[in-house]
Amino acid sequence: MTQNAAPALEAFIARSAGQGAVLAETGLPTRRVEAWRYTPLRSIADTAWQKAAPLTTETVTALLARLVLPETGARVVYGNGQLMDALSALPEAVRQALENVSPLKGLFSATLNTALGERGLDICVPAGTDAGLLTLVSLSDGQDVSTHLQHRIVLEDGASLTLYDVSAGEGRYIANPRFDIVVGKGATLRHVKVQRESLTGTHLAIVSADVAERGEYDSFTLNQGSSLARHEAVVTLGAPHAMAHVNGVQIVDGQRLNDLTSMIHHAAPDGSSRQTVKTVLSDAGQGVFQGKILVDRVAQKTDGYQMNQALLLSERAQINSKPELEIYADDVKCSHGATVGALDDEQLFYLRSRGIPEAEARDILVRAFLIDALDLVADEGLRDLLLRSMTS
Amino acid sequence: MSDFLKIQGLQARIDADGTPKDILKGLDLEVPKGEIHAIMGPNGSGKSTLSYVLAGRDDYEVTGGSATFKGQDLLALEPEERAALGLFLAFQSPVELPGVNNANFLRTAVNAVRRARGEAELDAVAFLKAVRAETKHLSMSDDMLKRAVNVGFSGGEKKRNEVLQMRLLQPSFAILDETDSGLDIDALRIVAEGVNSLRSPDFSALVITHHQRLLDYIVPDRVHVMAHGRIIHSGGPDIAKTLEKQGYTQFLEAAA
Repeated sequence: MTQNAAPALEAFIARSAGQGAVLAETGLPTRRVEAWRYTPLRSIADTAWQKAAPLTTETVTALLARLVLPETGARVVYGNGQLMDALSALPEAVRQALENVSPLKGLFSATLNTALGERGLDICVPAGTDAGLLTLVSLSDGQDVSTHLQHRIVLEDGASLTLYDVSAGEGRYIANPRFDIVVGKGATLRHVKVQRESLTGTHLAIVSADVAERGEYDSFTLNQGSSLARHEAVVTLGAPHAMAHVNGVQIVDGQRLNDLTSMIHHAAPDGSSRQTVKTVLSDAGQGVFQGKILVDRVAQKTDGYQMNQALLLSERAQINSKPELEIYADDVKCSHGATVGALDDEQLFYLRSRGIPEAEARDILVRAFLIDALDLVADEGLRDLLLRSMTS
Repeated sequence: MSDFLKIQGLQARIDADGTPKDILKGLDLEVPKGEIHAIMGPNGSGKSTLSYVLAGRDDYEVTGGSATFKGQDLLALEPEERAALGLFLAFQSPVELPGVNNANFLRTAVNAVRRARGEAELDAVAFLKAVRAETKHLSMSDDMLKRAVNVGFSGGEKKRNEVLQMRLLQPSFAILDETDSGLDIDALRIVAEGVNSLRSPDFSALVITHHQRLLDYIVPDRVHVMAHGRIIHSGGPDIAKTLEKQGYTQFLEAAA
């Protein structure tokens, strides 16, 4: 059976309202599709994924209790793609978004979300307003079900917002969220994401962020759960002096696969982008990093930096790393680097010779490997939450 | 009570690019409780290997002989168990640990050892008090506690940090591997004072050195001459002076 005749695709087409043709044409990407070469979707192809049933407040409350979440700020909770009104409140400063956001073409996670989309956050932070911290919790619970939340977040000029974005759940499901983000002039969105889906879940997230002049999209993604997870970010720096941070940590064990894919598009002069991604792999875990930086001819004086590093704790673990720089401007500063390594025996021996048991010594070195990526989360409180979440 | 540290016929080798290379070839050595011994020997005699084998580094393969410490089979223990039992190795080249905060490292080590010895762990306040007392004694800045372990430390600072660890972990037997490390006088003094300050009937040390200089500061009870993976001569502290004047030749010839 080809993946185009797969039960998954048929079920998606049947559920989609008027988008069946697009889905049928796209099909489920096979490994022959370059963007999905290292992240095969075979594991989802044979299931006829159904729309997830609404969750009770009790179920959602029980799932929430397992998570490490901020205790301050506003919180919005979705259960199986539906807003949990009783558990949700938006920050006072935000209002409904009205802007239309352009759809992404040619990216499977986006196509699937467009076809099956469920209304998610739809917010606008007014000009010059700091909306503080908003925690977004997306929970899934079910067997062979899928959710496809569509979030729109617009920051007007000079606005700011910190979004703590947590995905988790129980059972076998696909969570396929999409974020359409607009960062206005001089506005700042800090997007800290924690992906801790069920170990039998699949997570296919797509973020599209357009950043205006002197605006900043500052993101950090912790990819730690799911049987298969891809977090994909497409950031466009479309006006001068725009800035993007697309950082992340992936922690992969068992037979799981976590993938961080990004495209940072410098489409205007004087932009800067920073990316540090660290992946720790144990057992037969697989990690994928695909990081493209595209610098248009007009994007002179672009300042780009990309570093991705993997730590292999097992001989069966695997990392596929694909940095890609495509530069058409001639006056730019772009550097990138990639390393793959194991724990250093000398460092391990040094710690153990001081009485520190081997397992604890390994933990210390793994954390040391991750620390310079984690330190890029400027907010100390959120950094602590991330650390606690990582070890919970 | 002579069974403090006892090494008999110890043989060890290392894998050198696929071919095993014998380094220790039947080494005998005893260090009684409360004594400080020195090992001197030319380059390549196996001095550093001895220190690593005793501390438990697993890239050396022990192929024969035995080493007991306080009556226990030292070679059967994990490195952390040896540390808990009271053995401490001051590294010739202390390892840098980027991303590991020095104060956190020290506290983790102290509490791991205390836990293993059945003592109560130190809380943050008690630890800070203990460490401050030591850093003051060693003229170390607080800044060194905030930095990553040994990263960007000068040679002297690394030695101070080793001595700080030694004093905090309170070993009953310390091995100081100073071979060929080109220590300046300041660093020598730091190490020497660190050892001398611990001198007591319950503390022993094995000072491994290439130079007689260090032994001006730490006066050993006994000196052993090591060559070709064995102890070839043992005697009083005067041997060090003889070596300084006449070199190793006479000992090597006598042993041949």
